[in-house]
Amino acid sequence: MSEIKKHDTPMMEELKKGPFPSFVDDIEQYGEKHKKQACFDLLGQLELSYKHKETHWKHGGIVGVFGYGGGVIGRYSDQQDKFPAIWAFHTIRVNQPASKFYHTSALRKLCEMWDHRGSGMTNFHGSTGDIILLGTVTEQLEPVFFDLTHQLKMDLGGSGSNLRTPACCVGKARCEWSCIDTQELCYDLTMTYQDELHRPAFPYKFKFKISGCPNDCVASIARADFSIIGTWIDDIRIDQEAVKAYVGGELKPNAGAHAGRDWGKFDIQKEVIDLCPTQCMYWDGEKLHINNKECNRCMHCINVMPEALRPGTDTGATILMGAKAPILEGAQLSTVIVPFIRLEPPYDELKEIIENVWMFWMEEGKNRERLGELMQRVGLANFVETVKLKHVPQMIKEPRSNPYVFWKEEEVEGGWKRDIKEYRERHPA
Amino acid sequence: MPVVEYKGKKFEVDEDGFLLGGLDAWCMEWVEYVKQLEGIEELTDEHWKVIKVLQDYYKKNGVAPMVRVLSKVTGYPLKKIYELFPSGPGKGACKMAGLPKPTGCV
Repeated sequence: MSEIKKHDTPMMEELKKGPFPSFVDDIEQYGEKHKKQACFDLLGQLELSYKHKETHWKHGGIVGVFGYGGGVIGRYSDQQDKFPAIWAFHTIRVNQPASKFYHTSALRKLCEMWDHRGSGMTNFHGSTGDIILLGTVTEQLEPVFFDLTHQLKMDLGGSGSNLRTPACCVGKARCEWSCIDTQELCYDLTMTYQDELHRPAFPYKFKFKISGCPNDCVASIARADFSIIGTWIDDIRIDQEAVKAYVGGELKPNAGAHAGRDWGKFDIQKEVIDLCPTQCMYWDGEKLHINNKECNRCMHCINVMPEALRPGTDTGATILMGAKAPILEGAQLSTVIVPFIRLEPPYDELKEIIENVWMFWMEEGKNRERLGELMQRVGLANFVETVKLKHVPQMIKEPRSNPYVFWKEEEVEGGWKRDIKEYRERHPA
Repeated sequence: MPVVEYKGKKFEVDEDGFLLGGLDAWCMEWVEYVKQLEGIEELTDEHWKVIKVLQDYYKKNGVAPMVRVLSKVTGYPLKKIYELFPSGPGKGACKMAGLPKPTGCV
């Protein structure tokens, strides 16, 4: 193998200082060990970008594998003479296992493949959840795909106007608050909608994210068009002895999350009762009482006293829809569409909702219009009706304050057809 | 930009192999050339229907049609379009039809 060429990168050198793991160190060390010119050309081009304060990647790039319309992000350098090893530097999205649990043998095989066919650089993981293989050339795409599917039993993730790779929180794997099996549901939805994931058929991108409880550790409410968030409808389970242990100081509030600073002795009144958003709790000095009918399941008391309080046992999820980043019509969080739904395999009721939403959006959505924007355009009430759901008070934070209320003709006695002459008989001009 | 030569014709293309000259530079040789890149054995009337629809729509509207419009007008479900063009409607059919490269968050 020919010698690698290092570029002069003084600004990159600066980023090797300090305590945080340095990406520059990592790229260099790997590049030296594996004799990868792409690593040094990448650092060289990045140095140039730091100097010019401009990116040096060309616009767009359309590459992929046969049979799929997405999964690979094409990228080309605009400094190809200076940095020939990153002439083409395509990114491959690989579908990750739910909650990102790995066995080293799987990661080793993946690394061996990527050492051989790519730059060796990765992103663990992309924001949507995928394993990201950073940087290879067009000719390697089909071989990478062949190795992934035939040897590693892994598939590509989503990109383009389609269902993107679903993701979930750690769920019941190791969290006592998870109200639903987030991993099983994530896997089921991923497998059920493979076609929608690999072959773009939507007006724009669409994302699922699944959290086990309202703490929402995958930020489903902010980063998914279709957010599934676990909750319960019966009572919070209270272990009164454990509550006393918190009050007595034997147990650390928030499992010791604030131990780095002295916040004084735990005060259940100040730290739990008074912070309850619906004020539905009280502490009588002996026992903790919760008026569960008024509880909005915000998780605060459970978060503070995890050994004393647990979510109920009648569990399911709230479905919210429409979250998106600012472009075009402004940022949105998902809004409650189904306050409570029970979730058991094969999730038929959930899938019916998903497919109704898709049917409507695919028919009515404009080019590059996210679901949240379509909901805004047609109005929440019309949207809910079209996807065959019921209007409920939980869908809104407050009723409208303007009086521009639309009525349907059949709701109004006499309908819309009026005769001005008849009016004039009572009201001469 | 790279230039490819096929059956005596020269085509200017971008890195992704899209025809830079657009519909003006498009010809039968281009179709033949893309055919072999895209893993298509034989061009059928069904392929041509998709190509014609794409070109007509582009001439009229200045953009490529959305996937569901293409499906509706041709009457082919998306699955069928992938059977005809394994790279899909964007990378496969649009490239063969001489339309500009799809852009945006791909």
